[in-house]
Amino acid sequence: MKVNGKIISLEKPVSLHEFLEGLGYTVSHVAVEKNGDIIPRAQFSAVMLNDEDSLEIVCFVGGG
Amino acid sequence: MDKEHYYKIQESRHGKDRQALFHRACVGIAGLGGLGSHVAVMLARLGVGTLVLADFDIVDETNIHRQHYDLADIGKPKTQALHDQLMRINPYAEYRLFQEKIVPGNVQKIFEGCTVVCEAFDRADQKAMLAETVLCTMPNTFLVGGNGMADTKSANLMHVQRAMKRYYVCGDGVSDVADSCLFAPRVTLCAAMQATQIMRLLLNEETI
Repeated sequence: MKVNGKIISLEKPVSLHEFLEGLGYTVSHVAVEKNGDIIPRAQFSAVMLNDEDSLEIVCFVGGG
Repeated sequence: MDKEHYYKIQESRHGKDRQALFHRACVGIAGLGGLGSHVAVMLARLGVGTLVLADFDIVDETNIHRQHYDLADIGKPKTQALHDQLMRINPYAEYRLFQEKIVPGNVQKIFEGCTVVCEAFDRADQKAMLAETVLCTMPNTFLVGGNGMADTKSANLMHVQRAMKRYYVCGDGVSDVADSCLFAPRVTLCAAMQATQIMRLLLNEETI
C-alpha cells in the first residue's frame, strides 16, 4: 500500500487504528485520508486496510 | 477615507479583477493567536469582503511576544481586540465575530458560507479535530492549516504542502512547541504562508 507517497507492504489486514498505533502515531493528533476520502476518527477502528489502499496521514504538532 | 476611494486604491494596487475576487470572498479563521491574528490582518489588507473571526480566548501577557496584539489589549477578548485593529486597517470589510470555543458541533454554523477556513489553533488535537470536521462536513470548503513552526530553525525548512485535495498544510511539519518555544518570526512566517495560499485559492489557483 501507499502511505504519504511511499510504498510499504501490508502483511495482514489491519484496522486503520491498529495500523496508526503500529507506526507510533498518537491517534488524536492525526488526520487521515484513505483513497481520497477523509476518515472520521470514530471510524478508525472499523476501517480495514488492504494492500491496494493509499493513505495520506497528517500528523500534527503543537504551536500556533 | 470613504468607501469608494478605499476600494479604488485597492484596485489600483491589486488589479481590478483580483480585487473583485477578494471582495466577494468569505474566509473563516479558527483561532486568533500567533497564526490567526496575523492571517486576519493580511486578509484585511487584501480586501477580503467577509472575515469570520472565532476564538474564545482573552489576550494575556504571554501572547504579546508573537501575536498581533499590544499591551493595551491585555484583558480584552481576542475577537474584539483584533476587530478594533482590523477596523483601523480596512473598515469596509464585514467582520463576523464568534467569541466561543470551536467544537465539532458548531464548526458548520460558525464558518457557514466560507470558501476557505484557516486552521490557526495551537494544540495538535484541536488541529486534528478541525481538519476532520471541516473536511467531513463542509464539502465545498478548503482548509489551510499550520503545522510545525516552533523553534529557531531556518525559514527554508518551512513549506506549503497540499496534503489532501481540499487541505493545505504550512510549516515544517515537525517542530513542536512541546520540544522548544515559539518565536514571532517563524510563527509569522507560517501565518504568511497560510495567507498566501488562501489568497491563491481566492484567485482560483489551487496549486501550491
